[in-house]
Amino acid sequence: MTALTKAPSELAPAAAAPVSAALIGQPIPRLEDAAILTGQARYTDDLPIKPGTLHAAILRSPHAHAEILGIDVQAARAMKGVAAVVTGEDAKRFAAPFLVGVRAPMEHWCLAVDRVRYPGEPVAVVLADDRYLAEDALDRIEVRYRPLPVVMSIDQALSGDGEPLHPAVGSNIVNTRPFGYGDVNAAFEAAEHRISTTVQYPRNSCTPMECFVVMADYDQADGAYEVLSNFSGPFAIHPVMAKALKVPGSKLRLKLPPNSGGSFGNKQAVFPYIVIMGVCARVAGRPVKWVEDRLEHLMAATSATARRTDLEAAVSGDGRILGLRMEQTDDVGAYLRAPEPASLYRNHGNLTGAYRIPALDVVNRLAVTNKTPTGLNRGFGGGQLYFAIERLMHRIAVTLGLDPLDVIRRNLVPAAEMPYTTASGGILDSGDFLAAVEAATTDGGLDELKARRDKARAEGRLYGIGYAAIVEPSISNMGYITTVLTADERRKAGPKNGAQASATVSVDPTGGVTVTVASAPQGQGHRTVLSQVVAEVFGLRLGDIAVNTEFDTAKDAWSIAAGNYSSRFAGAVAGTAHIAATRLRDKLAKLAASQLNVTPEDIRFAGGRVFAAGNPDNSLSFSRVAAAGHWSPGTLADGTEAALRETAFWTPPPLKAPTEADIINSSACYGFVFDICAVEIDPVTAQVRIDKYVTMHDAGRILNPLMVEGQILGAFAHAVGTALYEEYAYGSDGRFLSGTFADYLVPTACEVPVPVMLHRESPSPFTPLGAKGVGEGNSMSTPVCIANAVADALGMDISTLPLTPARIAALIEKPEVARPASLDAAPPKAPAIAGGRGLQGEGTRTVPASPEQVWAILLDPKELAALLPGCDALDLAGPNAYRAEVVVGIGPVRARYLAEVELTDLDPPRALTLSGRGSSALGFGEGSGHVTLEATADGTRVVYRYDAAVGGKVAAVGGRMLDSATRMLIGQFFDRLIARAGGPAAVETSPSLLTRLLRLLGLRP
Amino acid sequence: MPSLNAQTKHPVTITLNDGTRTGHASPRMLLSDFLRHELGAHGTKVGCEHGVCGACTIRLDGVAARACLTLAVQADGRRVDTVEGLAPDGRMTTLQDAFNRHHALQCGFCTAGILMSLSDYLERVPKPTETELRDMLSGHLCRCTGYAGIVRAVMDVTGQASGNADAKDASGRKEPGHV
Amino acid sequence: MKPAPFDYLRAASAEEALAALAEHGDEARILAGGQSLMPMLNMRLLQPRIIVDVSAIAELGKIDARDGHLAVGASVTQSGLMASSDLATRSPLLAGALPWVGHFQTRNRGTVCGSVAHADPSAEIPLCLVALEGEVVLRSARRRRTVVAETFFIGPLTTLRKPDEMIEAVRFRLPKPGAGHAFREVAMRHGDFAITACAAVVDADRIRLAVGGVGDRPVARNWPILKGDALDDALNAFAWELGGDDDQHATARYRRDLVRRVGRLVIEEARSCQA
Ligand SMILES: Cc1cc2nc3c(=O)[nH]c(=O)nc-3n(C[C@@H](O)[C@H](O)[C@H](O)COP(=O)(O)OP(=O)(O)OC[C@H]3O[C@@H](n4cnc5c(N)ncnc54)[C@H](O)[C@@H]3O)c2cc1C
Ligand code: FES
Ligand code: FES
Repeated sequence: MTALTKAPSELAPAAAAPVSAALIGQPIPRLEDAAILTGQARYTDDLPIKPGTLHAAILRSPHAHAEILGIDVQAARAMKGVAAVVTGEDAKRFAAPFLVGVRAPMEHWCLAVDRVRYPGEPVAVVLADDRYLAEDALDRIEVRYRPLPVVMSIDQALSGDGEPLHPAVGSNIVNTRPFGYGDVNAAFEAAEHRISTTVQYPRNSCTPMECFVVMADYDQADGAYEVLSNFSGPFAIHPVMAKALKVPGSKLRLKLPPNSGGSFGNKQAVFPYIVIMGVCARVAGRPVKWVEDRLEHLMAATSATARRTDLEAAVSGDGRILGLRMEQTDDVGAYLRAPEPASLYRNHGNLTGAYRIPALDVVNRLAVTNKTPTGLNRGFGGGQLYFAIERLMHRIAVTLGLDPLDVIRRNLVPAAEMPYTTASGGILDSGDFLAAVEAATTDGGLDELKARRDKARAEGRLYGIGYAAIVEPSISNMGYITTVLTADERRKAGPKNGAQASATVSVDPTGGVTVTVASAPQGQGHRTVLSQVVAEVFGLRLGDIAVNTEFDTAKDAWSIAAGNYSSRFAGAVAGTAHIAATRLRDKLAKLAASQLNVTPEDIRFAGGRVFAAGNPDNSLSFSRVAAAGHWSPGTLADGTEAALRETAFWTPPPLKAPTEADIINSSACYGFVFDICAVEIDPVTAQVRIDKYVTMHDAGRILNPLMVEGQILGAFAHAVGTALYEEYAYGSDGRFLSGTFADYLVPTACEVPVPVMLHRESPSPFTPLGAKGVGEGNSMSTPVCIANAVADALGMDISTLPLTPARIAALIEKPEVARPASLDAAPPKAPAIAGGRGLQGEGTRTVPASPEQVWAILLDPKELAALLPGCDALDLAGPNAYRAEVVVGIGPVRARYLAEVELTDLDPPRALTLSGRGSSALGFGEGSGHVTLEATADGTRVVYRYDAAVGGKVAAVGGRMLDSATRMLIGQFFDRLIARAGGPAAVETSPSLLTRLLRLLGLRP
Repeated sequence: MPSLNAQTKHPVTITLNDGTRTGHASPRMLLSDFLRHELGAHGTKVGCEHGVCGACTIRLDGVAARACLTLAVQADGRRVDTVEGLAPDGRMTTLQDAFNRHHALQCGFCTAGILMSLSDYLERVPKPTETELRDMLSGHLCRCTGYAGIVRAVMDVTGQASGNADAKDASGRKEPGHV
Repeated sequence: MKPAPFDYLRAASAEEALAALAEHGDEARILAGGQSLMPMLNMRLLQPRIIVDVSAIAELGKIDARDGHLAVGASVTQSGLMASSDLATRSPLLAGALPWVGHFQTRNRGTVCGSVAHADPSAEIPLCLVALEGEVVLRSARRRRTVVAETFFIGPLTTLRKPDEMIEAVRFRLPKPGAGHAFREVAMRHGDFAITACAAVVDADRIRLAVGGVGDRPVARNWPILKGDALDDALNAFAWELGGDDDQHATARYRRDLVRRVGRLVIEEARSCQA
């Protein structure tokens, strides 16, 4: 156990003697904060733009799946302030489809060509003098679509029915890869029990507070693109972008800003927009700028993969797992977008988690669906993996009547076996997992929690405790994704492995030190930690180090692994900076040695001075030594190189390419996380309250405890969202429903408790400073730990997230108290599954006219026009088919729809089907209603049943009210019909009838 | 007063952190855009433009409000305070200092808005309980910090927690907000 | 996400605002606190020709307890009402419910009347207005009329207000001596619109329960003093009448269960705080 935070007084370097206190490992508050706290820090959207810059707005598909029949941009192009409108045609001229990570004929263009495959897919871009004008013009672009059937779930993709998204592939399962490690069949034969589970992990995302920003320019003469964007890496995507823009990498200069408003992996997904804006700049011949808005981000930026996992374990009598069969299917959205299938393969070396499971069979599948393409997202792949594994551990315990903690203990990799090689090839580098678990249970107060649980249960309350034990991979092997290829395909493609990090350290003529790294900080305290590391090497103060966090592919050292993702910073990047600084220091030592007449080995750096180890008075100031290389290179001793600048590249030694047998060490190091969670569930509301959360981390050597705890707290908050609130929801008709922060529920200060954080430090033997990643662990461990606690509280299985009150209520609720017979009639039928269908309903009204009269009204275009909301006239388009402009409004919300209306299945005067579809700037709507007419004493009983679908903006931001709004619009249609048929007077003579009718429609109490 | 025409840009003069600034805005221009792009006061951030995230929070005539839900023309003749005005002489306020000490920010995109809310709120409620404070903070989304450092920083400056409250006790002693 | 163009009028008086409404009718939109209107404008869900800003009309900024009612003018913010003197005694229900309306920052600008005009089916203020048998004072350039809250709301975001009318004030009934009030809401997160919200007013011989978030507007029921199974039966019938819809956050069934359970809780709570 380490005491993480020391009092500030202990940090003060002693002033007199040239001794520097160690900086690495100290809880030093961040150096970057002052600029942010005073509003001076510059983020991408704050940076100056080039004169003449055009502002882009993107037209997006309201459909989940549709053929594009035509795009008319004339009206938009003619608008004041509009310079250009760019479409898929331009993409075809100036760009190429993105490279795809598997061998399957799928084309993904930056702007839709011929088809759209997810709601929000970019279709066209308007470039105008400002963003307001650009959005005005968006409303004027007309796109004609032919909707296609949608694929909205993994199970639907697996079932094989449904329209293939990519016809040339022929299936929506675009890749299937079986793997075998060890003798799984033998394990199953030997085992006393077989225990299985199936879980579904939802789509969600870390939604950084800053959205994407791209500024792009094209140099006609050089044929080169220059882009400034808050891209986060991995720079393996740089070649993907360059290829899509059809230029060599040297002609795509990418610059990163000094500050970025969070990424959590998500900013990787700005890359298609970099390509789009490159094309736009080229078409317009002017610089362009695009700032993603929140609606665009939530709808179409990126998402974690949804995953279905089927597990079957061979288990011994005492709960040991002898072998495991695993099937994982990732929903990657409409396109397999780089760096996917990263989410599915990132954990390939640690598929068995923190456990010693000798035999493993795996089948990995990639499913495409009509949803946003997926990508990196804090803990990517880990939340999905451990949701399955740790639910299984809990289930094993429940099935065998064991304590879940004992099942975890019995299966953990023993300390004596470190470094331990997993069945699939991961090398768990260090740690004593069991000791960490024991420390966590003691220091985390597990006994007290158990006592609380006993007491609560005795009182009939729902209280539960859950656990999760995981390994947290960091520093991804660039070769892991190639595990998706067969050994044969890999041989053809050439080996891929390693994880190059780079750092440059330089000294200037005044002795100032500058550090540049190929990373893209988004708040992790790079400046502070790099200053600590480099200042310590040179014996300088923190303030003597300048860390330049901007980045420029044309000038700075980088390689494909560069970027800020997969927890590379502490382990790889800071370590590489240490290597570069140490090399530069050794050169400076040589310079100083000749001046101080000692050997370089005897030179020490501390307190801003360079001195002889045995005789500190024999010294020079650091700046003097540093200046020598600049001011007097001629006086350097022969063979001595000036010490001006060092660039180091480093790749973790254990990262090899996958073997013929698909053995892969997918990450350089693996931290350990063990969590305990206690929850109580409110019996009235079914809401989950986290009573206590304990999280134990062993992330190797800790470079700055404040940053480490900041990372843990941040990942924990994300995980609380994943577990209880967040989900990208879609209707089964394809409409996207989580378009605002009022619908996509990011937890606030009221929802996120503070966990108890515990630490151990088992340095990694594989990283320069012994540090491992720490920022993703809780994104992996916490969702399932909370789920296990809820399962324990309910005594039930949990197989999906988020655990919303309605979901929990559905698990525990008894059959509903019956509808009292005294109520007149059932209200319009409520659908069965939340979000799981189009808008449906039915109703009955009585119209004071004969069926023949009603029929005549419905078939007369003039009359029909008067019934439709906001419709002036219907233009005949065919037999009983019309075209019209209708204005549909709910309260203040208004949209002008170009609509087609049709009457079919005519059975006069008894029945017909009225259908319509229309599109507007707010999206599309379509629906059909089957209407039957029946003569009664009061006139005609009209019974209708409708099925409607709404897509685009209205659905994304108004999901909460879609049903009632649809019902109201349909109600208005029949109100008008009643008025038309009998006149309002006729209705008013029987107020009780009206009241009853309105009540039937839910329009009146 | 006649109405302002949609198609024209109108002069808008505000008192921005003690100085008078004039820019031009069409009626539909959001105050957040006006501050950032017309006046170059980039400290105020934009995270959602629909009022939920709180990144754009400023003080309008002293009252914490969403700049993204305010029209620039509405602010004409009024006082607007932004993060740039909190430490006018370059010396950070005790609250800003506490944010630094307690690691209450990471990417910092939410920070300006939170500071502006707090500067209004703490004038009205000088010593909030942790529950009250969290209730107020629910008007801001922070994706990085889990809010822990923010809460600690405020409890610290309001004299409700010891100066080294971030020295968390590994044994799980109950700190403010600990569960 | 930027609004479409519109003209803008900062009205200095109610007359000026009403004249603009009379001139532009449905093409005009009143802007009060902007906490609902501005997001909709930013998303271009509506594109009015002119925005009539009433937030600076001083004469509409009054809070008065008169004629058995607490009258709240059109430019009174939610924070303003919360901070007004004696709210806890003048309207214990509002005092209990207002902290649930959005957040500190949105209440600073959002108005009481704006929330009523907006008529979100889950909103707390319309619910309280219905629970307290309040009234909406509508004024146009030509006339003033008062509509009972219960009939004012007719659907999601839809009310009886005519395009040329402004809500001049809303009037909440002051508590009867001896009445007990209680409010509770279940939302996904703190400050979210309610999945279900319940407001109860109980006096010597009547239980009144109003529910928001389940139907397409706030709905109230009156019962004699029921207890035990009889109360459960009444709540069950009410829950079924409200029906409720599924959405991405909750099922209709869950909403009905909340009516049964939370409805009962608020009634018991209101009863227990009867003077
Ligand atoms: C993050 C966030 C969370 C929120 N959470 C909640 C919540 O939990 N519960 C809740 O109830 N609300 C919530 N709201 C909305 C609430 O804050 C609004 O204040 C309220 O709905 C509208 O009031 P307003 O004064 O802002 O009106 P505006 O937004 O200005 O106007 C709303 C509508 O009413 C009309 N209008 C306004 N005033 C008048 C008038 N006097 N006469 C006629 N028409 C008028 C406008 O034309 C417009 O159509 C939230 C808002 C945000 C941004
Ligand atoms: S940008 Fe204004 S609240 Fe999010
Ligand atoms: S510090 Fe990044 S969002 Fe709060």
